[in-house]
Amino acid sequence: MDFAGSSGLASTKIVVAGGFGVGKTTFVGSVSEIMPLTTEALMTDASAGIDDLARTPGKTTTTVAMDFGRLSLDHDLILYLFGTPGQHRFWFMWDDLVRGAVGAVVLVDSRRLADSFPAVDYFENAKLPFVVGLNGWDGQFPHAEDDVRDALTLSPHVPIVRTDARVREAVKGTLISLVEHALMVRTHP
Amino acid sequence: MASWHDGGSEPERSSLVRMYAVTGGRTAPRSELAMEALVSSATSAQLGTAFTREYRAISELCRQVRSVAEISALLAIPLGVARVLVADMEADGLVRIYQPQLEAGLPDRSLLERVLSGLRRL
Repeated sequence: MDFAGSSGLASTKIVVAGGFGVGKTTFVGSVSEIMPLTTEALMTDASAGIDDLARTPGKTTTTVAMDFGRLSLDHDLILYLFGTPGQHRFWFMWDDLVRGAVGAVVLVDSRRLADSFPAVDYFENAKLPFVVGLNGWDGQFPHAEDDVRDALTLSPHVPIVRTDARVREAVKGTLISLVEHALMVRTHP
Repeated sequence: MASWHDGGSEPERSSLVRMYAVTGGRTAPRSELAMEALVSSATSAQLGTAFTREYRAISELCRQVRSVAEISALLAIPLGVARVLVADMEADGLVRIYQPQLEAGLPDRSLLERVLSGLRRL
């Protein structure tokens, strides 16, 4: 269905992933024109293959919350930023999330690198363009980009950018890096 | 009009059970609606009480363009339920849906370029 063609109204999305507490919602909130909202998706039996429900008898649904923000880029173009929990067991939802996405920002706290393994794996497999956003703390980046690249076994073409989830300009810069990367991947796959 | 429209005599609280009752137990929308798909009301008139509370709320909310995800968040209904309701309302001519333009599952190049220049202008 292509309604957008006739009216010019268009929307798209960027996924913001990373471990718990790394600052995804802060990142989204720094550029969103609305207070970040929360939408809930239900994980039902049909999608539960990855979760061991046998251990919790009688439990057939789990609620997964996603925080998101909105950014009007033009009178007829809206960008949504979806922050998503990074654990494996939420991957059922990521398929839905990444469909049609511009790409993803994997927010990384270099002191807890392991938290970002699942997101990196997922986006590599899904062939979704992504950048790694090193979230600094008070301007401190305790680990060099090369160390992070090695630890995450990132291919050389995946950009690593320093960012600060609390600072609008830094977040904006990270998003620009992602879209530039997505365009480049499109040109030179 | 579907038989589950009960003329506005519902209880005040929206329980999850009730949510699935209003969608007739369906969780898959007729069309694969993206969570970022935009929705706007197709009618400027207020929907009467012949419509469910959810229909009326969505119609009211979408006087401004909103995404399916915003409808879900602002009305506190699960994303899957919002998808079903919006798809049904479109079939009834009550809302218009603007699905993202994709090219083999990806946003097309011109859209990426517009996003880039939009971000740079912020």
